[in-house]
Amino acid sequence: MTYRGVMVIGEQRGGVLHPVTYELLARGRVLADKLSEELSCVILGHEMEQFAEGMIQRGADVVYVVDDPALKHFLPRPYATALTRLAKEAKPEIVLSAATTQGRTIMPLIAAKLDTGLTADCTGLDIDPLDRSLLQTRPAIGGNVMATIKTPTSRPQMATVRPKSAKPLPADEGRQGRVVLKTYEANIFSTCEELVEFVKDTTQDVNVQDADIVVCGGKGLKTRDNFHMIEELASLLGAAVGATRDIVDLGWVGYPHQIGLSGKTVSPKLYIAIGLSGSVQHLAGMQTSETIVAINKDEDAQIFQVADFGIVGDLFDVVPELIEKLREKKNGKCVREG
Amino acid sequence: MNIYVLLKQVPGTSDVKMDEETGTMIRTEHKNVINPLDENALAEAIRLKDIRPEVKVTAVSMGPPHAQKALREAIALGADEGVLLSHRGFGGSDTLATSKALAKALVTLAGGPLSNDDLVLCGDRATDGETGQVGPMVSAILDVPVMTYVRRIALEDHSIVAERVVEEGLELIKASLPAVVTVVKDINQPGFPTLSGKLKAKSREIRVLIPDDLGLSGDDVGLKGSPTRVVKVFRPRLSRDTIVHPQDTGGVAVDSLLSFLEERGII
Ligand SMILES: Cc1cc2nc3c(=O)[nH]c(=O)nc-3n(C[C@H](O)[C@H](O)[C@H](O)COP(=O)(O)OP(=O)(O)OC[C@H]3O[C@@H](n4cnc5c(N)ncnc54)[C@H](O)[C@@H]3O)c2cc1C
Ligand SMILES: Nc1ncnc2c1ncn2[C@@H]1O[C@H](COP(=O)(O)O)[C@@H](O)[C@H]1O
Repeated sequence: MTYRGVMVIGEQRGGVLHPVTYELLARGRVLADKLSEELSCVILGHEMEQFAEGMIQRGADVVYVVDDPALKHFLPRPYATALTRLAKEAKPEIVLSAATTQGRTIMPLIAAKLDTGLTADCTGLDIDPLDRSLLQTRPAIGGNVMATIKTPTSRPQMATVRPKSAKPLPADEGRQGRVVLKTYEANIFSTCEELVEFVKDTTQDVNVQDADIVVCGGKGLKTRDNFHMIEELASLLGAAVGATRDIVDLGWVGYPHQIGLSGKTVSPKLYIAIGLSGSVQHLAGMQTSETIVAINKDEDAQIFQVADFGIVGDLFDVVPELIEKLREKKNGKCVREG
Repeated sequence: MNIYVLLKQVPGTSDVKMDEETGTMIRTEHKNVINPLDENALAEAIRLKDIRPEVKVTAVSMGPPHAQKALREAIALGADEGVLLSHRGFGGSDTLATSKALAKALVTLAGGPLSNDDLVLCGDRATDGETGQVGPMVSAILDVPVMTYVRRIALEDHSIVAERVVEEGLELIKASLPAVVTVVKDINQPGFPTLSGKLKAKSREIRVLIPDDLGLSGDDVGLKGSPTRVVKVFRPRLSRDTIVHPQDTGGVAVDSLLSFLEERGII
């Protein structure tokens, strides 16, 4: 049997389908259409069948629901074992997952078991019209360059895809697809790992990688107290709070908020950079954001080179004004007089 | 107990330069450093050694001959041994080929499968490749548990409890040993070389392993053993059509920012 079709690995957290699954389906749909092949979506967990319909509506031709109580919580080995089995049975020529902590953990396990290549954290995917192979494009060297990578001979071709780098397709309620329930003999999931406890991070209402808007503060804020401005602006916008490394090192916010080379990589719809210089290491984590706004008093600050909209000005004037106008807008008051 | 730290030598980040013509990275020897997160992995190994004196810490690296400098630094920081996988045959390895070589090296050093007293520590990702794939791949090849994004470790008898940083919070995971653990930055604050460490680093021999020593052929590693190929390198379109507003006092800048965001349908 030859390798055919595109398979995306859906993601659930706490028994709920994560929207990044729909982004993957949008990606997969484009590739499957170019290849004129089927798009399948896998979801692992316990009692996840209810989500299959939604995946079909957003582009899947086939949904594999792998059900087992042992898969209820994410654990690398049981998940990788099930997915490796399924990939061997279904033989997709392309396998994609999200570049989340789950995807980035299990995809290398599956790739190693299948003895094939894996490209991390892709922002661009396409089909080479010449040989129908997958072109995998990702930022390299701290985002200074982009590299396009191919997997010429091994199959499947595997890639993790940066979250928020594609838009989900709108739900099409008329779309038809097949749901395949998969159960495997329980012993394949026996493992020497266990989840002892999960502690939800309450310091961040929205985590930076899932957020549509990220408000990020840098050393220009001067004190921890001033950093409250960032938090206030973020909460007004329903945004997540980000910070540069210097801020995290100062202990103003925790490491989960760090954006950049040694922190999180984000590509939200809107990134607001406030009082940060835009070091190469910081840009590496945010320059693929859809829209970038920068506020900095130094007109030569590097952040302006990647910004769509920049305000050269003192953040202590600009940010309070922005907060005030947003609050007025929220309260339905007319912003402009006359 | 053996703790193996997989440690990569990377270009000092501020010094990465691109050859505009060929699109390749210009690597200069003297500017190389230990991958920052691997320093955290090493520091964690040394911390565990402080608690359990029977721990032996071996730093293992794959790279060109000058990567032995990174291993000497590791010894100066407290590692007991340094082992370097270095040979022309390893050149051009992608993450799968690198992981195969490193996994084989671990088995070779352990004299067989890793024991239930052994632990492998890696950085979450390297600043040059930035894939974060090598640690998990090594675990799959060794067929042992992996714990990624770890910011705290506690050793128990033949098992390990780790705190993982995931999108929505913290996960406490327990796994039996041997296991592979990849660490994030806030696991610790790496220390500095000691005087005795520096002296040890000077005299200690760095063991060099070649593919033959690991029972690997030319097809397993290097370019031949690598399923992926870089086919193109290009500069991203960095400059956007930036609108820049100068500082003003009349609130024009903020107003036009708000209408810009409204036009784009963001707010
Ligand atoms: C290996 C390595 C990894 C790294 N990883 C990361 C990473 O993941 N993330 C990261 O962020 N950094 C990282 N760094 C650090 C990075 O090099 C920079 O040091 C850091 O990003 C700078 O943070 P900053 O922009 O907040 O501070 P600064 O560079 O000090 O910038 C402060 C900015 O605020 C502006 N400012 C000051 N006052 C005002 C005011 N009143 N109004 C408006 N603007 C004002 C200034 O003009 C300046 O541009 C890394 C470094 C290394 C070596
Ligand atoms: N050539 C190498 N030699 C030793 N360890 C490596 C090598 N490449 C990667 N690693 C380890 O794997 C981790 C992840 O690297 P990467 O997958 O390249 O991002 C690093 O932090 C190291 O611990």
